[in-house]
Amino acid sequence: MKKIILSAFAALFLVGSAFAETVRMGTEGAYPPYNFINDNGEVDGFEKDVGDMLCIRANLDCVWVINEWDSIIPNLVSGNYDTIIAGMSITAERDEVIDFTQDYFPPSPSVYMGMSGADIDVDSAVIAAQTATIQAGYVAESGATLVEFATAEETISAVQNGEADAVLADGDYLASIIAESNGEFANIGEVSIGGGVGMGIRESDTELKAKMNAAISSMKDDGSLNALIKKWFGFEAATF
Amino acid sequence: MFSYCVDPKTLEGLMWLSCYVTTAKHMSFYFSFLVVMGLLSLAAPLAMAFGFAGATASRSSFRIIRSLGKGYLAMIRGIPDIVFFLFIPIALDQAFEYLRHKVLCYDVTEPIRQGNDFVVCAAAKLPLNTASEWVHDIYGFSLALFAFGFVFGAFAGNVLSGAMAAVPKSQIETGEAYGFSQSQIFRRILIPQMWIYALPGLSNLWMILIKATPLLFLLGIEDIVYWAKELGGIKTGVYEYPHPDWRAWYFGVLMIFYLSLTYLSQSVLDKISTRLSQGQATMAGKAG
Repeated sequence: MKKIILSAFAALFLVGSAFAETVRMGTEGAYPPYNFINDNGEVDGFEKDVGDMLCIRANLDCVWVINEWDSIIPNLVSGNYDTIIAGMSITAERDEVIDFTQDYFPPSPSVYMGMSGADIDVDSAVIAAQTATIQAGYVAESGATLVEFATAEETISAVQNGEADAVLADGDYLASIIAESNGEFANIGEVSIGGGVGMGIRESDTELKAKMNAAISSMKDDGSLNALIKKWFGFEAATF
Repeated sequence: MFSYCVDPKTLEGLMWLSCYVTTAKHMSFYFSFLVVMGLLSLAAPLAMAFGFAGATASRSSFRIIRSLGKGYLAMIRGIPDIVFFLFIPIALDQAFEYLRHKVLCYDVTEPIRQGNDFVVCAAAKLPLNTASEWVHDIYGFSLALFAFGFVFGAFAGNVLSGAMAAVPKSQIETGEAYGFSQSQIFRRILIPQMWIYALPGLSNLWMILIKATPLLFLLGIEDIVYWAKELGGIKTGVYEYPHPDWRAWYFGVLMIFYLSLTYLSQSVLDKISTRLSQGQATMAGKAG
């Protein structure tokens, strides 16, 4: 028994020691077209394309990690992965806990989506939003009744089954849901909240932040970032 | 999977469905059932081991061991499970990394806690950043397994120590009269006879363990609940197989899975109970 414990203890310290700059990219995998799990069970979407290209330019070896939205910041600071690349808007509140790179996606409007034909006053209705998003924060202060859900998908279901009158989310996320609902859902208003979307990085990890910032600048300069934005968000999307 | 699945947009009806349910993503879903079964089959013996150690310790004649055993049983029972499920994996992970950092990177002068950040050197990471994804998966699974074993072990320990106390004292005294040592009495008289008293409590625990497996999802492991949620949600045109909200169907599958698992368990447990009752001086054993 003693031997087992000792060797288990030894194994704890012996596991590998080779270095290669591997960066673990944390994403939610449930917010198309920003990031989602495709039918092959792999991470896909705008941020997958951007992230992979940034890693090539920064000469990093990147792997993708899925983590639910709720605990995405705590798991970054405790070191389970090294970046958050999950459609996260740069806000002052989040900036107190983690650092952000410059934005790789320009500010875009948030959209209220409700059932078509319903007469809804978004300032007093029941509005669904995903927990810990800028939209949830906005609804809480708008005078409307906020109902929060762990994933964006559940906010849509809440509208569908009448639990909420409307949902407030990124317009780019709702666009395809509205377009493919056969007229069931409608855009009932837009607001501009929050800044652009940036990559979240631990405050202590200044080196990685500098590398990513440089890579984002180079993608902005040669237009490859704009090309990816157009690929995933359509030709009308705001670009840099 | 099938050769005709190359372009899902042109498929219809059963052809579409057959391609849909055989995507790589669905394979992950099916695999996660094995993960759950694996957790159950490993967590149960682990919990029994913890429970047995706890129960034996709480009956020990050494005061320190006795209070350790009793403390373990009482503490877990008194604190909400969910707190432990979230606390143990995080605490263990950080403890391991902290130790590794102290041993492997003793020359690093920066503190581990920097503001909100928990920063250990690259070599101290567990698993290493460079490790393959399956290593990360197994590591996460092991931490979750330990949490399940630790929490359910305390409940099993209570059941076992109750069962030990339920064995008739005359049996122990008879052993002593025959000149058995204390450890002989423990192994040959107490343990074999306690199972029938422990079984109702243990079978309850087993059922609760089965129903607690969705907690894996909370621990960040991609289990059946994660995949049911992920696959069932609305899928727009960015996916190859768009469909409306199908979560009811997926969760229906989970319901059938859990119901058949508990049903099967119950019939096995009934058989064990009949077997253990044979020759016992209990109402079910008819030997009294």
